[in-house]
Amino acid sequence: MRRYFGRKLLIYILTFFLAVSIDWLIPRFMPGDPVQNMLSRAALHAEAIEVMHGYYTRAFGLDVPIWRQYLNFWIALFHGDLGTSVYMFPQPVAAIIKRAVPYDIFLLLPAILLSWWAGNKFGAFAARTKWLDNIISPLGYILTATPYMWLGILLSWVFGIVLGVFPVAGAYSFALRPHLSWTFIGSVLKHWFLPFASLFLVMFGGWAIGMRNMIIYELEADYSHYLEALGAPRRLIRKYAFRNAVLPQLTGLALQLGVIVAGALVTEVVFSYPGIGYLILAAIQNQDYFLIQGCFLFIIIGVLLANFAIDIAYVIVDPRTRTGMLGEGA
Amino acid sequence: MTKPKKKNEMLYFALRNNKLRVGLTVVLLFLVLTFVGPILTHYKPYDYVNPNGAQPPSSEYWFGTTMFGQDVFAQFIHGLKATFLVGVIGGGLGTVIGILIGFTAGYRGGIVDEMLNMLTNIVLVIPTLAILLIIAAYLTVRGILVESIFIGCTAWPWAARAIRAQTFSLRSRDFVDLARLSGMKARKIIFTEIAPNMMSYLVMTFILQFGGAILIAATLDFIGLGPTNAVSLGLMMNNAVLWGALLLGIWWWFVPPGVAIMAIVGALYVTNVGLDEVFNPKLREM
Repeated sequence: MRRYFGRKLLIYILTFFLAVSIDWLIPRFMPGDPVQNMLSRAALHAEAIEVMHGYYTRAFGLDVPIWRQYLNFWIALFHGDLGTSVYMFPQPVAAIIKRAVPYDIFLLLPAILLSWWAGNKFGAFAARTKWLDNIISPLGYILTATPYMWLGILLSWVFGIVLGVFPVAGAYSFALRPHLSWTFIGSVLKHWFLPFASLFLVMFGGWAIGMRNMIIYELEADYSHYLEALGAPRRLIRKYAFRNAVLPQLTGLALQLGVIVAGALVTEVVFSYPGIGYLILAAIQNQDYFLIQGCFLFIIIGVLLANFAIDIAYVIVDPRTRTGMLGEGA
Repeated sequence: MTKPKKKNEMLYFALRNNKLRVGLTVVLLFLVLTFVGPILTHYKPYDYVNPNGAQPPSSEYWFGTTMFGQDVFAQFIHGLKATFLVGVIGGGLGTVIGILIGFTAGYRGGIVDEMLNMLTNIVLVIPTLAILLIIAAYLTVRGILVESIFIGCTAWPWAARAIRAQTFSLRSRDFVDLARLSGMKARKIIFTEIAPNMMSYLVMTFILQFGGAILIAATLDFIGLGPTNAVSLGLMMNNAVLWGALLLGIWWWFVPPGVAIMAIVGALYVTNVGLDEVFNPKLREM
């Protein structure tokens, strides 16, 4: 088990290092000058621009040699300092992201976990019930082939505009201020539901299909036939098949994380939901490279943490990793 | 019922398989539409043809017009072409890289395998959007080709993993040992002994990569990181949302591109399962 975690940790550290380096490159490789960009919008005197330019270049730390900038970036990173936003100047990037992150967790965590759980359950049911299979299978294929933002657009149009039962933008009603009351919580939940539903549905389709096909494979495996020949009850065989089929589904979750993050990003854009995805779009449109940098840093850390959580789950679910009998592909 | 000859057995089961039939029909239908489409419409995708602005579908404008009076059907047809291009180039490239890395890692084993495995895992975890942002900033004019190549270069990890595992299990078979004993070169063993035995698997990998590339492209186009000089289905959705098609109820602007992507990708997935049933006798429905 130590070997298993040691190896995983090494990969995560390397990935983190590489990803942060790429992240650092973002503003530096850009053809435009972000400081110039910000100042040009302010329409100041030529002399004032000169002074301001010098000031902001120093403020953003762009006046030292490139290796020093890289080093400073790492040092600042460990101090939790992500620089200052250009688009929402002078707010620090870290503070802006801190405001957005709760919405992401609130949206993504339930959507991922619930869809995975429900998809596995329904997929396993579908594999053994003909009539359910006839519903789940086509539905699953349609859902998993749907682009996240399009389902979002459709739901927001049908439920938000045509039927008018759900709001289509924001995280809570614009008439309210964040405070602890039932009206506010109700408003938050109402705004949360449609983005959650579109993420949930698309992911659900993929998990259900995956589980159904896996169970069918497992029921054809030698051990299933052997158990059957021994006269074991169908229920027991299916239980074993399910436990074996859950493992690839867990690996699948790790493989899918990148796609899920991108999906959440566009879903937030469709619903103007104030998470990281919405921030990134605003940052791209305003060429705020420091904000982009911060958002990606957060995504990298989030994805790495999620991967690590899945690794731990794998050890819990699969006893083979615990005893050091590393299976192929681990 | 006459017994089919062994050679045609695969084809026989392929033609009998409903999933395969439905999936392929839908994909072919859209493919034909892509090629026939330009004959059916004489409008250019971005020309302002309708002075009245947004209008619902009519006999003149089959899919209606956008807020600016552009013909949605013309955009749709050109978007389909972009979608298939991204699928073929992006999915193809992803499959080729996956095959090369998977074969090498699985056949060589040892330190080569370790290194390639690490590379695969790193590419898998890095948010590809970050890299794309840098590329997007560099290439202010981007075409479908650039987008496809980018998608191909970032979408291969799962394919490499799966192919590696398959190669691993084939490597220790008797016929591979025999080939190795006879002094065959590693590359030749891979391509004449191992690859033919997992041909069906490779075809299915390509189909999944094809569908995946289309979905990724739609996502990138939607946040404005897609092609800058072309029409695509994702870009249509992007424009529709950007210009308030939702609030104005211009549903004919954003419904067709989504339906097309969903139908094509869904049909590809169904085809994939159908092929699996054809290739794998255990899964055939009797």
